[in-house]
Amino acid sequence: MAPARHAWWRDTKWQAVLYQALVLLALAALLAWLGHNAATALARRHVASGFAFLDKTAGFGISQTLIPYSEEASYGRAMLVGLVNTLAVSAVSIVLATLIGFLVGIGRLSGNWLVAKLCTVYVETLRNIPLLLQVVFWYFGVLQALPGPRDSLKLGAWFVLNNRGVYVPELVFAAGSWIVVAALGLGLAAAFGLYRWAQATQLRTGHRPAIWWALPLLILGLPAVATVAAHVPFALSWPALAGFSYDGGLQINPEFAGLCLALSLYTAAYIAEIVRAGLLSVARGQGEAAAALGLKRSLALRLVLVPQAMRVIIPPLASEYLSLTKNSSLAIAIGYSDLVAVFAGTVLTQTGQAIEILMLTMAIYLALSLVTSLAMNLYNRAHAKEGFA
Amino acid sequence: MSGTAFRSPPVHHVGALGWLRANLFSSIANSILTVLILALLAWTIPPLLNWAIFSAVWHGTTRAACSDAAGACWPYIWQRMGQIVYGFYDFDQRWRPDIVYALGAVGLAWLVIPRAPRKGWAGIALLTLYPLVSYVLLSGGWFGLPVVSTERWGGLLLTLVVAAVGIVVSLPLGILLALGRRSELPVVRTLCIVFIEVWRGVPMITVLFIASSMLPLFLPDGLEFDKLVRALIAVALFNAAYMAEVVRAGLQALSRGQREGAAALGLGYWRATGLIVLPQALRIVLPGIVNNMISMFKDTSLVSIIGFFDLLGVIQAGSTDLEWSNPNTAVTGYLFAAAIYWAFCFSMSRYSAKLENDLAAGDRR
Amino acid sequence: MRSVLVGLLALLALASAAEANTLDTVRKNGFVRCGVSEGQPGFSNPDAHGNWTGIDVDYCRAVAVAIFNDPNKVRFMPVSFAERFTALQAGQFDILSHNTTWTMDRDVAQGLEFIGTIFYDGQGFMVRKSLNIKSALQLNGATLCTQTGTTSELNAADFFRSHKLQYKILVYQKEAEYIAAYDAGRCDAATTDRSGLAGDRLKLKNPADHILLPDTISKEPLGPAIRQGDQQWGDLCRWTLFALVNAEELGVSSRTVDAMLNSPSPEIRRLLGKEGAFGAELGLSNDWAYRIVKRLGNYGEIYERGVGAGTPLKLPRGLNALWNKGGIMYAPPIR
Repeated sequence: MAPARHAWWRDTKWQAVLYQALVLLALAALLAWLGHNAATALARRHVASGFAFLDKTAGFGISQTLIPYSEEASYGRAMLVGLVNTLAVSAVSIVLATLIGFLVGIGRLSGNWLVAKLCTVYVETLRNIPLLLQVVFWYFGVLQALPGPRDSLKLGAWFVLNNRGVYVPELVFAAGSWIVVAALGLGLAAAFGLYRWAQATQLRTGHRPAIWWALPLLILGLPAVATVAAHVPFALSWPALAGFSYDGGLQINPEFAGLCLALSLYTAAYIAEIVRAGLLSVARGQGEAAAALGLKRSLALRLVLVPQAMRVIIPPLASEYLSLTKNSSLAIAIGYSDLVAVFAGTVLTQTGQAIEILMLTMAIYLALSLVTSLAMNLYNRAHAKEGFA
Repeated sequence: MSGTAFRSPPVHHVGALGWLRANLFSSIANSILTVLILALLAWTIPPLLNWAIFSAVWHGTTRAACSDAAGACWPYIWQRMGQIVYGFYDFDQRWRPDIVYALGAVGLAWLVIPRAPRKGWAGIALLTLYPLVSYVLLSGGWFGLPVVSTERWGGLLLTLVVAAVGIVVSLPLGILLALGRRSELPVVRTLCIVFIEVWRGVPMITVLFIASSMLPLFLPDGLEFDKLVRALIAVALFNAAYMAEVVRAGLQALSRGQREGAAALGLGYWRATGLIVLPQALRIVLPGIVNNMISMFKDTSLVSIIGFFDLLGVIQAGSTDLEWSNPNTAVTGYLFAAAIYWAFCFSMSRYSAKLENDLAAGDRR
Repeated sequence: MRSVLVGLLALLALASAAEANTLDTVRKNGFVRCGVSEGQPGFSNPDAHGNWTGIDVDYCRAVAVAIFNDPNKVRFMPVSFAERFTALQAGQFDILSHNTTWTMDRDVAQGLEFIGTIFYDGQGFMVRKSLNIKSALQLNGATLCTQTGTTSELNAADFFRSHKLQYKILVYQKEAEYIAAYDAGRCDAATTDRSGLAGDRLKLKNPADHILLPDTISKEPLGPAIRQGDQQWGDLCRWTLFALVNAEELGVSSRTVDAMLNSPSPEIRRLLGKEGAFGAELGLSNDWAYRIVKRLGNYGEIYERGVGAGTPLKLPRGLNALWNKGGIMYAPPIR
């Protein structure tokens, strides 16, 4: 029997096409209306359009620049400075947050009641207070309470702490230092190779050769030899009080430190929860089998539990890292010159071109976000084949 | 079985000593850790308590009361309590936010108390009637109530308004987006994916900057939105994208059989979604939804960056108040704000844990 | 989805449809919306009860008196340095009376229209007395604090570059933050307009420990601004300011204005509306200037009330004195 015929406009296929056409039409109309409004508004206010402003002279200084920058540089250069600052603070905070997060997450599952409770208190406190409040608290509440440059806390000239920042001596690489760096790289590679050889030997023969004495020799000895051979191509830059504050040495300014501290501690609380969920997702039998084999808790964690937990930990970990990078935009609240503060803050008020600047800022963050998603998808695809569904 | 008296276990295996031994001093490493932690606590907690309670100033009306103190300056908080709770709301109209607070508390209590009857009605009333009533009461202009413009809303009032509107608006919007993302219509699906990924990929600050600097450019000449309304729109759209991802996880967790069964019963797409799919999907991700609400509540503090005086904004503005300027007042203010935020968020997270427990009760063996 | 969005916009709109004609809008609203700072002592500062005082505030009140004969028919809307221009352009208020420096870029490229200078100022530096610094040229290597969205960053950059001095600058979004940072010692000097520094000094823990360096490194003519394109509103605002200055020049104050109604001087008669129809040309009643001076006083009285010798700021008239008294305050004649 032929299926019942019905009017074409009741056919779900045509209905789908109709709906989609309507949606596209409505979207086009909305975009046209918004675009028209924006064009007339900009023309009325005599605000320039387009991205030509990126070549205009900036005229203002930036307090922290990891790449060369001067007041004669362009707005585009200022944007790059902000971007590099964002990436710098994010990178350092990611490393710290991961370290602290893993420690706290594993600590929450510790057998020691005090450690477990302390980690729980840490997580529950920091997760429930807004990040902006934490950033502001660390910067204005704590770091500003440090003494001024004349009354710094110091350990000789090795470590100086005041409200302008932390100063430590800096290693300055002179000509010929590349030999030492190359030697270090060689030493690390050789040490790694030795380690793998020892592992392979153990798997093959059951006996692990003792290489603990060779590793420091390779990692430290080779560079030491190179240093002597190249007549010590290094210099130490010491922090010294010069005029208003300290100069020389490696300086970490309080804006960076405050933002980094707040971001790390806050994200570490989330990472701790992710790690804990990951460890709990590993089957109980694994831990019990490890104990049955006589492995103590730390070995069981390192060799059995954490590697298996990593499969569950890594995807949410990647989105936490992305979240941290986006949260670094809170730098604007404490005067750290990150992308948003320099570009969507200062440059926007100087030029008035809100649309271009905000679109560009959004595009940059979106690009970071897409790169992270892509990397995570690749990781998922690579690891989804093995293991459990 | 004659004459063998039962011996009690060794003293250091039971009771308090036994617990200490098992939990704190079970191995050498553990013992060292315990001692270190106890030392750390002894080094930090007493000075903290000292600063916050024992050396703190509790009474006084002027900065002179706090100027010599070595501890927290609580009179500063008492004096500013009005601003903290109401912002700059007209002093003689404060009964209006009071009513809004009271109604909100009653509604929430109704929802939260396990044995309260007719929770469905309470939920609907909270989502529809309450916002209308609050809007009328807070902004005025109706029923003879004098108008209080949104610049005067501030403090905890503003924080709760932004959070509530964000939550109430983002939930239905997020559901629609999640459904759209799983739709079979390619145009709808692509639009929803683009919308969600764009809003999720940018920091909230840029979204708020868009609301304050860019949105006015896109409105036609002569039409202007209140700055608070613009910020609320931005917050709602931003949170809708995150909510969409949470709901999508729930929709994915539901087996296809549910939809197929609904289709077999003759239910169309929307009826199947509303009657069969959504109730189950939302139940699955209810803890995730509440977690999202907690994040939303914390993110309301960002409106202080675009010039609103929410709870954090009021505290920050007050830290340079001519009358109370003192190294301790700033820290006292921040700690007080932190305590308020913590109280709200922790309650919500406890509720979420309880929900998770209750809902998983059917799955436990 | 999009239709939901548009519907949402419509539902949530607390919009007030404003025509391009600001004066009509103001009359319809029944009050003048005045964009002011978030707390600048002497210019626009709320006290503990929310009453606003200061030079910028009094100017807006003068406009309100000109239109409504009531200095309280103003709504003051605090806005930050960073957002003041976008808020004005968006139509959030009718006048921006916010210590805004009149620069070419702002006048030409950012859609603002400056209607005059109400305070001639310059940028300066504030340092701690304990640093024993006598001039800005000794600030080599110093760290400066300022607020974002102002000309201060650019002027400081120019000054240090042209004198080949090293410096670091920290910009903060909010005034509370920048003052807190300077007070905590994070930076060696605070820099903004000298009138702003005088006000900021009062907010420090120990104002007496800080001094303003004598150097003025830029011209900062501060004045009210409106949106470009509204000629009638611009004329009204401009001539309100000129009326205040002319009143002081002619010796008409709030105390003497009633007696001056009978003055034989033609200039005073034109000012107070006894002769000519100058008020009508602005769309106001002819006694607009009389009403302004009666309710608020002339420019000199407003200055004294805001930043004069009787206030904690104690700023001398300096450049802001009348042109025939050693300053450069000069208003075109009303004729």
